[in-house]
Amino acid sequence: MANRDESRGDAQIIPLNSEQRAAAADGGEPASRRPADQGVRPLNGVRPPRAKRPTSRPARSTASNGTASNGTAGAGAEDGTASNVRAADGRGGRRAGSGAEHGAPAPESESGFAESGDLETALAGVLAFLRRRITGDYVVDEHGFDPDLTEHVIAPLLRPVYRDYFRVETRGLENVPDVGGALVVANHSGTLPVDALMMAMAILDHHPAHRNLRMLAADLVFAVPFLAPLARKIGNTLACQADAERLLTAGHLVGVWPEGFKGVGKPFNERYTLQRFGRGGFVSAALRAGVPIIPCTVVGAEEIYPMIGNAKSLARLLGLPYLPITPTFPWLGLLGLIPLPSKWIIEFGEPVPTDSYPAEAADDPMLVFELTDRIRETIQHTLYSLLMQRRSVFF
Amino acid sequence: MRPRRVLVTGVARPLGAQVATALAADPEIEAVVGVDTAAPDADLGRTRFVRADIRHPLIAKVISTAEIDTVLHLNVIATPLGAGGRAAMKEINVIGTMQLLAACQKARSVTRLVVKSTTSIYGSSPRDPALFTEDTEPRALPTGGYAKDAVEVEGYVRGFSRRRPDIAVTVLRFTNILGPQADSPLARYLDLPVVPTVLGFDPRIQLLHSDDALAVLLRATRDEHAGTFNVAGDGVLLLSQAIRRAGRPFLPVPFPAIGALGGVARRLRLVDFSAEQLDLLAHGRAVDTARLKTVFGYRPQYSTVETFDNFVRYRDLRFTLDHELVSRIEHGLLGSLDRRWLMDSP
Repeated sequence: MANRDESRGDAQIIPLNSEQRAAAADGGEPASRRPADQGVRPLNGVRPPRAKRPTSRPARSTASNGTASNGTAGAGAEDGTASNVRAADGRGGRRAGSGAEHGAPAPESESGFAESGDLETALAGVLAFLRRRITGDYVVDEHGFDPDLTEHVIAPLLRPVYRDYFRVETRGLENVPDVGGALVVANHSGTLPVDALMMAMAILDHHPAHRNLRMLAADLVFAVPFLAPLARKIGNTLACQADAERLLTAGHLVGVWPEGFKGVGKPFNERYTLQRFGRGGFVSAALRAGVPIIPCTVVGAEEIYPMIGNAKSLARLLGLPYLPITPTFPWLGLLGLIPLPSKWIIEFGEPVPTDSYPAEAADDPMLVFELTDRIRETIQHTLYSLLMQRRSVFF
Repeated sequence: MRPRRVLVTGVARPLGAQVATALAADPEIEAVVGVDTAAPDADLGRTRFVRADIRHPLIAKVISTAEIDTVLHLNVIATPLGAGGRAAMKEINVIGTMQLLAACQKARSVTRLVVKSTTSIYGSSPRDPALFTEDTEPRALPTGGYAKDAVEVEGYVRGFSRRRPDIAVTVLRFTNILGPQADSPLARYLDLPVVPTVLGFDPRIQLLHSDDALAVLLRATRDEHAGTFNVAGDGVLLLSQAIRRAGRPFLPVPFPAIGALGGVARRLRLVDFSAEQLDLLAHGRAVDTARLKTVFGYRPQYSTVETFDNFVRYRDLRFTLDHELVSRIEHGLLGSLDRRWLMDSP
């Protein structure tokens, strides 16, 4: 099992083999959760070479399962390292998932086989992805979300940051529903909204349903060249009632950071103190859609770019809400953009149901303020308790 | 009440001609009168063509003598080149609409008015919601061109429906129409040898097939559907995606420069590239068509993607990047990979 985990670790770094990742996470049964892949590929041009594989597969798999009809395969089954080196054995190993289903009695060879098989699957995946991108053969939803790009380029880039750099520890994912709309409300910090990306990664990779977090972003994001299209493609849309309600009613998982710029751009000495929670617009959106509100707390993001100063007049000149001065930025130039490797904890709290309120509740400011305060308090308390549990900023 | 005598403005242009032909083919409709300043190229069936300028009060006479009961106003034009300059275009759009509405207000026979408008009236800015509903207040009103004309036209139409509440007024806000015949600015834009895009932006665009546009106009003419409706195909395309689907070469140009480029292109009569279209190229626009489907009762047959693919096929766009070639290369590479593994295996 340990071996399998290792192989999964390797597989995660290789981009574009998300099928393998899904297989590892679900214990076989790859491609079952790829609505994007299935929907995106009407031509299905990638498949032919793979389609002929099943014919060669059964013979090979029995060989590596230990019947040893073939000397090399038997050796491969006994000697994991040898099979690692020899690409040939990859052919047998391509059924890593099916082997697990059969209860294959050769766990050592499994990891070795899986790797070279992975390589081919990964290459085929890369080629298929490139073809889809070159020919425009992918689907973008009405908010501009591009699942193909997110899963095959953005997520593989963020995954090492999530896992190895910030070593994010995610708790309470069982509070996030598998289906249906829900509003995740979190604290915002870190000068640059890296916390939003890490939350999205936590849900995409570690939630059993591998959901995409649709994020609500400030209008500034959509006015900045290069950032604007990218933001929409990875699932952002404008933080406004109309968009929030539309996404929630359609059953999406929506993330919102009600502190906005006040939270993400607050000075370092105010770290982990929640700012005002907007005007409670997120609560009325959730009430209108009748979806639960999930308070989420992020610890660790405050320390990635400690903002010790703010070049306000320059920021005003550039039309930005703030211009951070950190111990490294702008002194080290672009190097100063490398975040400090703090250790993160993301905790998803108990959902607050909203479906028990009547339809007109969204227009009751009293109730909206009360709910807003309740969620804010929850997050603040969780922040304190997580900070108590944390051993140090970096470990 | 079914329409009996219909007036169609703007019959010299493809959509107007199609509508007039379809109405003329309907035996239940007694008479179809087509109005435009230029004679239509196409044969409009039994449509009676009247060469008249809707900017001229003469239009009132046409309506009263023909006892028109349904007016289709399709003469709000988007392209200054076709109209002979921006000033003339504005006059046709705004003054023409005012004259037409004045004539309708006087005419006792008129019971229904259908106006073709555009989703450009919502403008295009980074501060707008992802989808515009008919009630969305745009953050930035269009400052010029066709979109501003359309905003003014809709204003006059609203005033008109206040003064004549007995007339059922349907305002149809069409998105970019693409089809085998439609010669829209977008079509000509995609026809450019190199398609200029705004550097650092990738707008969402929404399209409507000309067949759907025709069907919606006919439905609005035949039955009473008072109100304002967005009309667009389902789904969106990103501009970059559309260009890739068509296999066109593109050139990202920084925002300030693309304005100048647009001016040059306009002067060279290559393409009508106006300021509000530049905003569209940067920020995109998509509309919510729920009201069209539920209240108006029409579901577009073609999605945005299907419309675009059909357009590429009709238009026979010069592919610089052949999709089949891409597929073949991919299969070739995969095949060689497979062979390599086969050879290595004992």
